Amino acid sequence: MVASLGMPALAQDKTKVGFVFVGPVGDGGWTYEHNQGRLALEAEFGDAVETVFVESVPEGPDAERVMTQMALGGADLIFTTSFGYMDQTMNIAAKFPDVKFEHATGFKRADNVSTYSARFYEGRAVQGHIAGSMTKSNIVGYIGSFPIPEVIRGINSAYLHAKKVNPDVEFKIVWAYTWFDPAKEAEAATVLIEQGADVILQHTDSTAPQAAAQAAGNVITFGQASDMAEFGPTPRVSSIIDNWAPYYIARTKAVMDGTWTSTDTWDGIGAGMVGIGEITDAVPAEVKASAEALRDQIAAGDYHPFIGPINKQDGSAWLADGETADDGTLAGMNFYVEGIVGDIPQ
Amino acid sequence: MLMLEKRPNPSRGWTIATPLLAVLLTMLFGGILFAALGKNPFETIRSIFFDPLFSEFAFYYRPQLLIKGAPLVLIAIGLSFGFRAGVWNIGAEGQYIMGALFGAGVGLAFYPMESWIVFPLMVIAGAVGGTLWAMIPGVLKVKFGTNEILVSLMLVYVAEQLLASMALGAMRNPEGMGFPGSRNLAQYPSAANLEIISGSGMHWGVVAAFIAVIFAYITLSRHIFGFQVRLSGLSPRAAAFAGVNPARLVLVCLGISGALAGLAGMFEVAGPAGQVSIDFNVGYGFTAIIVAFLGRLHPVGILLAGGLMALTYIGGEIAQSNLGLPGAAIQLLQGMLLFFLLAVDVLTNYRIRLRIMEQT
Amino acid sequence: MDLSAINPILLLASLMVAATPILLAAIGELVVERAGVLNLGVEGMMITGAICGFAVAVGTGSPWLGFMGAALGGALLSLLFGVLTQYLLSNQVATGLALTLFGLGLSALMGQGYIGIKAPAFPDIHIPLLGDIPVIGPIVFQHDPLVYVGLLLTGGVWWFLHKTRGGLILRAVGENHDAAHALGYKVIKVRMLAIAFGGACAGLGGAYLSLVRVPQWTEGMTAGAGWIALAIVVFAGWKPWRLLLGAYLFGGVTVLQLNLQAAGLAIPVEYLSMSPYLATIVVLVIMSAGRAPGSLGRIFHASR
Repeated sequence: MVASLGMPALAQDKTKVGFVFVGPVGDGGWTYEHNQGRLALEAEFGDAVETVFVESVPEGPDAERVMTQMALGGADLIFTTSFGYMDQTMNIAAKFPDVKFEHATGFKRADNVSTYSARFYEGRAVQGHIAGSMTKSNIVGYIGSFPIPEVIRGINSAYLHAKKVNPDVEFKIVWAYTWFDPAKEAEAATVLIEQGADVILQHTDSTAPQAAAQAAGNVITFGQASDMAEFGPTPRVSSIIDNWAPYYIARTKAVMDGTWTSTDTWDGIGAGMVGIGEITDAVPAEVKASAEALRDQIAAGDYHPFIGPINKQDGSAWLADGETADDGTLAGMNFYVEGIVGDIPQ
Repeated sequence: MLMLEKRPNPSRGWTIATPLLAVLLTMLFGGILFAALGKNPFETIRSIFFDPLFSEFAFYYRPQLLIKGAPLVLIAIGLSFGFRAGVWNIGAEGQYIMGALFGAGVGLAFYPMESWIVFPLMVIAGAVGGTLWAMIPGVLKVKFGTNEILVSLMLVYVAEQLLASMALGAMRNPEGMGFPGSRNLAQYPSAANLEIISGSGMHWGVVAAFIAVIFAYITLSRHIFGFQVRLSGLSPRAAAFAGVNPARLVLVCLGISGALAGLAGMFEVAGPAGQVSIDFNVGYGFTAIIVAFLGRLHPVGILLAGGLMALTYIGGEIAQSNLGLPGAAIQLLQGMLLFFLLAVDVLTNYRIRLRIMEQT
Repeated sequence: MDLSAINPILLLASLMVAATPILLAAIGELVVERAGVLNLGVEGMMITGAICGFAVAVGTGSPWLGFMGAALGGALLSLLFGVLTQYLLSNQVATGLALTLFGLGLSALMGQGYIGIKAPAFPDIHIPLLGDIPVIGPIVFQHDPLVYVGLLLTGGVWWFLHKTRGGLILRAVGENHDAAHALGYKVIKVRMLAIAFGGACAGLGGAYLSLVRVPQWTEGMTAGAGWIALAIVVFAGWKPWRLLLGAYLFGGVTVLQLNLQAAGLAIPVEYLSMSPYLATIVVLVIMSAGRAPGSLGRIFHASR
């Protein structure tokens, strides 16, 4: 059985690329942007590439089946776009050594399994800079999804850069315990605004917090996953955009050229994987200029958002002066930096 | 005008014919839907209903039908006892979660000790977890006359919150880089519910589902308990005269359905799913209610209905990936299939008569 | 921790908004259940209402027309349930679950062209004089119109059920359909009307999310609100005013836990989130037997 599954796909001229999506392509957020990357891939290579996808695939046996089905159907490259597909991707990749797999946000790799993720914390630094500069109440509200390293990293990065421009800034953090529940996100935003926040950062995907901020007035927000430009120029003053297109195009190209190897990619603003949406005129010109300068510095690799001296929340030293965080610590980040009030739920 | 007249006994012919009729109607209307979406209707229908069974890659899909269908059948069999007796447990989803949590909890407690005893203990824990969760609506109904439909439904949400709490807290994998979710039980040999014969799809949950079907068939047709269940459903008063203890019946029916749902959850978490995660439950408990009805609450019917549902899931994925059909269209098709099955069921129990309205 | 950051006035005001979508859906389901029908498809009808309302509002530029479209869409979908359960005598639990599946699929297909579009604005109304009263003004009199529609519907349903002949008939049908039939009431007609009303209300609740609360269309955006509405009906013991209380309690627990979090209090979110459901069970136990409509969920067939 395993041997028969391992048979190479029939020779064909088209390169077939499969995508396994965790949500519907119409979610307007995470899956929507991955699908945009897929469409960009089709646009780039035209007839030379055929893409297939299955949406709303639960993280379990269903994911394994969908991957197997794509592999059997002759896919050369399969992108599995949720952390929860990690073990499933490894299992199926072992059965199909000739098919290349790319797992988003995971940490397990094999000869035919790469991982890729985006350094969203770089974008958070720019957001934190704008937030710290613009807040009048000195209270920044942050809507977290789940207390996992990805989200905690974003909070830390935003906080450090807000603090840098505004020593009095304070972060209020609420955990929604969902990636996507518009009504709850709206409530979270409203609660934060009522408690004095005049800047809302969100790590959940719906536009509900934008609408809540608009209704409240005098509150600024940032688009998440998608640009959410329809809420500009205020409340949405900028955004972090997931831009998977360059990576998907590059990796597909590598498969076509036969140069694909297993890698661990963690790209940020520089490689274009993290896009910073247009900073609107609601942001004062000098803040906009310094934010853009920060963005460009990060993109050029001249500046690392986690550069010492940084202490952990309990006051213990983390990074010495001038020292930058290593990727391993960042990937598993489970602590707040000094100055943030409150505990990470366990 | 058309009138419905209740048949003295359900029609045997229609019992078999109605599901086929419903599937045909679904193919017809589904075909129209797919054509409207710009897809070739024949190719789409073939992808969904035939490819999993007869295509080039059917060797892979057929075992997958077992994996996808087993939890549905296992849960639905348990529910069918209660549904026949008029005990409405619609919280199987919660019992499924609790079975998984209990089972996984035992497995994780023993990690990394290797012993043959671990898996049997997990099976017992899974059944106990599901049963305990089902006993809450049971005891409340018996003691206070509380409506079990509503209590069992409420407990689904409670179980979902417990699941999230476990995945993020107590059961979180200490080596998981801080991500939610437990250790992968499928990678812990003593706790893993793997395929018994590689590539066959037969894991212990599938075996349990088949045993449950046989057990239910014998109980319902041969055993005094099966008689009591059927009698209570037909006429509670007659059942009381016949000496059926209604409180005991409620508890036993809920107990059976809870135990089987718990087992389904335990087999799933130890094998195909592998780990306790926030989104571990994908609605098997609710889909199983539909499966139970589609199978006319009959063990063999449930087996076939579970297979049919599994077919539409797997075929739906094939159609999505091969033909670019949106996932929503598959959901719509499943909804349609259920509607047609429920609609044509009327022919089994009723006779349609053309009657001139008499003025009185 | 800084509990003084929580402003009780604003908390109560936002609670009214947070409770509105579930209140709208629940008041419809309450009428349905009082007529003796258990429709578990609320989630499906809500999401269908959300996209129907959004599509109509975007198409016409009028949120009001959007809400009408949502009510119509929800009602039409619910009639599918009605025909199956009332005329073809299918099981209500199974049909309701199928309706949810169907509604989720249908809405996603209908919504394909509407992603990333913003809904036309639906401004709050600031009721003159009343809105200026300190404390009470901002809590009660400065919301968008649908908040008041929800309150009016609740009052209207209470009045209809308890003060009109139609309400009496509806309750009679729900308590004992055989007796009601024997008295000459049209059981099926009453139930079909109730089901359509329930669908319309659920549609409104969904559209409140897509047109006011979010306001945008995304697949699956109701995210389980329909199931909460079902819970509230039970919590309320099928009584309209208690329904209002239930909606505020369920909405309130979410708002409160978010408030406590924002104030820096470490709380076990999961356990707080499950508390309304446990409270509902407790309420069920205290109310004890016999308070649910007598014929709830049972199939009616006039045998002769």
